Amino acid sequence: MARKKIAIVGIGESDFGTVPDKTVHELHAQAAVRALADAGMARDEIDGLFSCGHSDQLHVLQIAEYLGLQPRFLDSTLVGGSSWETFVEHAVLALAAGRCSAALLVYASTAKSDVARRYRSADAAFLPRGLNQYEVPFGPTLISKYAMVAQRHMYQYGTTSAQLAAIAVATRKNASRNPNAIMREPITVDDVLASRMIADPLHLLDCCLRTDGGGAIILTTAERARSLRRPPAWVIGAASAESHYSMAQMEDMTVSPCARSGPEAFAEAGIAHKDVDVIQIYDAFTIMALLTLEGLGFCAPGEGGPFVEDGKLAWDGALPANTDGGGLSSNHPGMRGIFLLIEAVRQLRGESTAQVPVAKIAVCSATGGFMSHTSTIVLAKD
Amino acid sequence: MNDWYLPMIDSESAPFWEAAREGRFLIMHCRACERAYFYPRRYCPRCWSDQTEWREASGRGTVHTYSIVRQNPAPPFDGWCPYAVVLVDLEEGVRVMANWDRSAPLDGLSCGAPVRIVFERITEELSLPRVRPLSTDG
Repeated sequence: MARKKIAIVGIGESDFGTVPDKTVHELHAQAAVRALADAGMARDEIDGLFSCGHSDQLHVLQIAEYLGLQPRFLDSTLVGGSSWETFVEHAVLALAAGRCSAALLVYASTAKSDVARRYRSADAAFLPRGLNQYEVPFGPTLISKYAMVAQRHMYQYGTTSAQLAAIAVATRKNASRNPNAIMREPITVDDVLASRMIADPLHLLDCCLRTDGGGAIILTTAERARSLRRPPAWVIGAASAESHYSMAQMEDMTVSPCARSGPEAFAEAGIAHKDVDVIQIYDAFTIMALLTLEGLGFCAPGEGGPFVEDGKLAWDGALPANTDGGGLSSNHPGMRGIFLLIEAVRQLRGESTAQVPVAKIAVCSATGGFMSHTSTIVLAKD
Repeated sequence: MNDWYLPMIDSESAPFWEAAREGRFLIMHCRACERAYFYPRRYCPRCWSDQTEWREASGRGTVHTYSIVRQNPAPPFDGWCPYAVVLVDLEEGVRVMANWDRSAPLDGLSCGAPVRIVFERITEELSLPRVRPLSTDG
């Protein structure tokens, strides 16, 4: 992709936290309406729709119909929380090829209220058929899958629970500046270590929140972007990588697939690590963020623990990350990838509640499934 | 009913679960690329050859990693907490998931520990693999 051809021109978040009085479809619409207003575009300009959901049948058709759109380009790739970064990669290709002229990416979930309503269980249930018959019978919760990754990392590299906790502490520091973040009270490493163990070695505060909420972004071509009121966030690099579905098939349990998607996205963008001003990395669990830092090459494999220990991921640290408070402290409605993009755009616009002094290049790297899939997006301001 | 979690056996998996009922752990072997793999698939996932066959594994291996689950709202697992999910590297070079045998102490569990697979009879038709320390079973 050539530089500065396609940009994110609108962002919107729905109400999030606990939103029992709105349907999941309504939250999609609320986020889309807000993103459209932010872009200053007309609804009829939207001719590309990118959306996926946990369980709804023919999800993207439902969302198109609910929004009253009949888009000529649809994508509903479902790879977990990284789906929205993957959608950016796909939208760039579609927009550059002229298959659509304005792409709406939208997500929403009522994950929290649905548990309270008993529409779903607290741990997403998989039926033990097909590939799942070799793992589901052993009761591996989502958290325990990431805990097994953490356990192996600790065994191989001596990574400690206190080092993982440093990620949660820095993220909470960022959240404390965001009035919309759900958890804003500062915490210490000791608080994380004293929180109850959910699946060894991951404590409660190593794990993301569960909230309701949604988000939307709009991408368009340079020509249209130049005539809009908000400063464009250019997509200058995008790449994805896949690793596995079953936990037993994850070849090296200490290496994120972003060890492939990251270098590819950086190379396409023509940037080096020193050029990156702020990162948004998916943090469903502290270990997920740690593997992402190593995979992207901000530190060497196995050195993530000592790397994060000094709190450098806080907004005023050496490598500001998840400046809205991330999934660990701001919000996490199931598949959070779209919020990484929204916060990265805020940083490039200079509008984050934990704004870094200079934000010219932002990197988003999201993880989907069970350390299964990653997409890395490099964004730049003019 | 709390049997929702039991494997839904299909034509590709039937030999594996039938052997499990007899206390044998089957893996697959590709005669084209001479490599073992698990879980069972008709075509070799590395070379797509159909020259694949079942072989019995020794059942011996080492713990690659594990987690002790302390919270799972889904029955019957809610009643098992704390229980351990283990990934075992079998001697034959494949990695498999199973539970730590609930009759073995959890503190015997560590990465790299030598273990063996045993089977727990669940129903008339079905046995599930469990992981035990190698030393206590000889």
